[in-house]
Amino acid sequence: MALVEIKNLEAAVGGKPILKGIDLTINPGEVHAIMGPNGSGKSTLSSVLAGRETYTVTGGSVLFDGKDLLDLSPEERACEGLFMAFQYPVEIPGVTTSYFLKAAVNAIRKHHGQDELDAMDFLKMVKEKMALLEMDKTFLNRSVNEGFSGGEKKRNEIFQMAVLNPKFAILDETDSGLDIDALKIVANGVNALRSPERAILVVTHYQRLLDYIVPDFVHVLCDGRIVKSGGKELALELEKRGYAWLETAAA
Amino acid sequence: MPTDEGTIETLANQEYKWGFVTDIEADALPKGLNEDIVRAISKRKNEPEFMTQWRLKAYRHWLTMTEPKWPNVKYPKIDFQDVIYYSAPKAKKQLKSLDEVDPELLRTYEKLGVPLEEQKIFAGVAVDAVFDSVSVATTFKAKLAEMGVIFCSFSEAVQEHPELISKYLGSVVPYSDNFYATLNSAVFSDGSFCYVPKGVRCPMELSTYFRINAKNTGQFERTLIIADEGAYVSYLEGCTAPMRDENQLHAAVVELVALKGAQIKYSTVQNWYPGDKEGKGGIYNFVTKRGKCMDSARISWTQVETGSAITWKYPSVILQGDNSIGEFYSVALTNHMQQADTGTKMIHIGKNTRSTVVSKGISAGKGQNTYRGLIKILKNATNARNYTECDSLLLGDKCGAHTFPYIEVRNTSSKAEHEASTSKIGEDQLFYCKQRGISLEDAVNMIINGFCKEVFRELPMEFAVEAQKLLGVSLEGSVG
Repeated sequence: MALVEIKNLEAAVGGKPILKGIDLTINPGEVHAIMGPNGSGKSTLSSVLAGRETYTVTGGSVLFDGKDLLDLSPEERACEGLFMAFQYPVEIPGVTTSYFLKAAVNAIRKHHGQDELDAMDFLKMVKEKMALLEMDKTFLNRSVNEGFSGGEKKRNEIFQMAVLNPKFAILDETDSGLDIDALKIVANGVNALRSPERAILVVTHYQRLLDYIVPDFVHVLCDGRIVKSGGKELALELEKRGYAWLETAAA
Repeated sequence: MPTDEGTIETLANQEYKWGFVTDIEADALPKGLNEDIVRAISKRKNEPEFMTQWRLKAYRHWLTMTEPKWPNVKYPKIDFQDVIYYSAPKAKKQLKSLDEVDPELLRTYEKLGVPLEEQKIFAGVAVDAVFDSVSVATTFKAKLAEMGVIFCSFSEAVQEHPELISKYLGSVVPYSDNFYATLNSAVFSDGSFCYVPKGVRCPMELSTYFRINAKNTGQFERTLIIADEGAYVSYLEGCTAPMRDENQLHAAVVELVALKGAQIKYSTVQNWYPGDKEGKGGIYNFVTKRGKCMDSARISWTQVETGSAITWKYPSVILQGDNSIGEFYSVALTNHMQQADTGTKMIHIGKNTRSTVVSKGISAGKGQNTYRGLIKILKNATNARNYTECDSLLLGDKCGAHTFPYIEVRNTSSKAEHEASTSKIGEDQLFYCKQRGISLEDAVNMIINGFCKEVFRELPMEFAVEAQKLLGVSLEGSVG
């Protein structure tokens, strides 16, 4: 059974249509990349899937693990196993990363009727995941994203993904603002999290990230529709030819 | 899906949980204020002549004063002749132990969570409970007495330690200080008194819970704490009032005296009835709190203010001695129609004096939150230092935050720093939390808790927990 089944999804912001009928099926274990020029609706798609209230779904449906995703609140989606790595991770002053993550882990566990993790078990689990992203020990006691460099913020997103262990992860422009070293660390982290049970949707403007996170499928989004789908070689073609030839096709 | 704004409103609109009234017979003087009432209060309390004269002096001075108009708060004019200035629960006889305390009263305290019963006392909290105007039970007094610590009701101190009262009463907040402090000086009914002798470190947190119960009763407590040379004491004041339609006047005075090398830590958790959503009812809290530091002494005020319809309060420190330290850590939350005008005054007189001010204002609903602070560094206070940090957090778009910092520096070797910020709990922050599975309510609590962290960590542990509960947040920092 498909993990994510998007059918003719339409969405608008402030009355302006952005997504104009998206069809996309993602199976467990697959990595899909969504590429496209600025303003094509890439980030809107991520936000709509995550449940951001500023976007209005005007048509279509999304099934997530057999459930009607659009019927769930953002926190319910998260508890059901949907994770989004933010393009611009938010700072929360005074709240330590460990406290924040423990709250998230336990909210999800509670949703599934599991006992909450105590401080010791939580710490043990978290430390294993930190090694994966080559993170410094002091990191847990720092306020969430406060005073983090761009690279640290993105690493923190993937670290959270590792801790929360989602079924479906959306990486929204995770490569933006990363230098090549940080990009490699982040990509290594993501690759380590690829598994037969988990699906990943990589949203990116550039092909560069896909050198490190090699997708199974590439889709090109133009003006709110998927205009072309293919394998990883499509990304390379886009790198060479740009988006213009597809935009013409869409119009 | 509910909008964030809607849910924030739900959070802000939580009902006041302590709105019950205890049915106890009260012994009250008639409404209104004149010299006879002042004398009657003094007589009821069997006070020595010097106290009666002091009260009358204050009353006569009060007649010449007018209410201050400068605070950034609005309320209908108070009719001071329509207030009952003395109300005591009618005691059948002198109380010797807790067993003799009216069980109804004990149940009230139980509802409030005051640890009056013996087993709870062993947790190490000595409680001087003020019910309406009279102190009904003082615990652990004997143990404290062994160390020479005096901790009792103000009335008892007047009877048993008149020499300390006459020496220190009004020494920090003079009877003529301001409209409300002067009114308090004339009519105060009771309060707490504490004296810690030279070099003694008070072994437990001292605590007073105030509860305003009887109808139309103004409550005028007077608290006096003296830490003799090299002594240390940590004191907590917690407040709760029942729900009332009438506005209730509260004008307390707290004086702290820290002699050479002494340290006083004074923490307040205030959740008096804030009035309903339309701003009906609620406590008017006009309080004068001030401490005086001699050489190398230190006074810290920590306050968490979530209640009262109007809060008008500036816990201050006079840094008279060289090398003395004053601190002020504050969280003030206003929602619905609540108004708070609060802050501090740090008066640097001695050399090398230092002060720190950390103020966190949270506004929700239609709440208005004002920080007003004065940092005054006098000519002889060379090398004085001040650091002020003043942050405001807004929930929703109908509330307000205002900041009025005054800084006066009269010499060139001193340094005053002021940092201020205003932020709004953002959609982005809330969405980020929700995307990680955290409910909106928990997310709001978490963000507020993070915002207040610097202040909460100054509170004694057990009270930090209470304070966090008061803000409707769960305990943070149990990991890592």
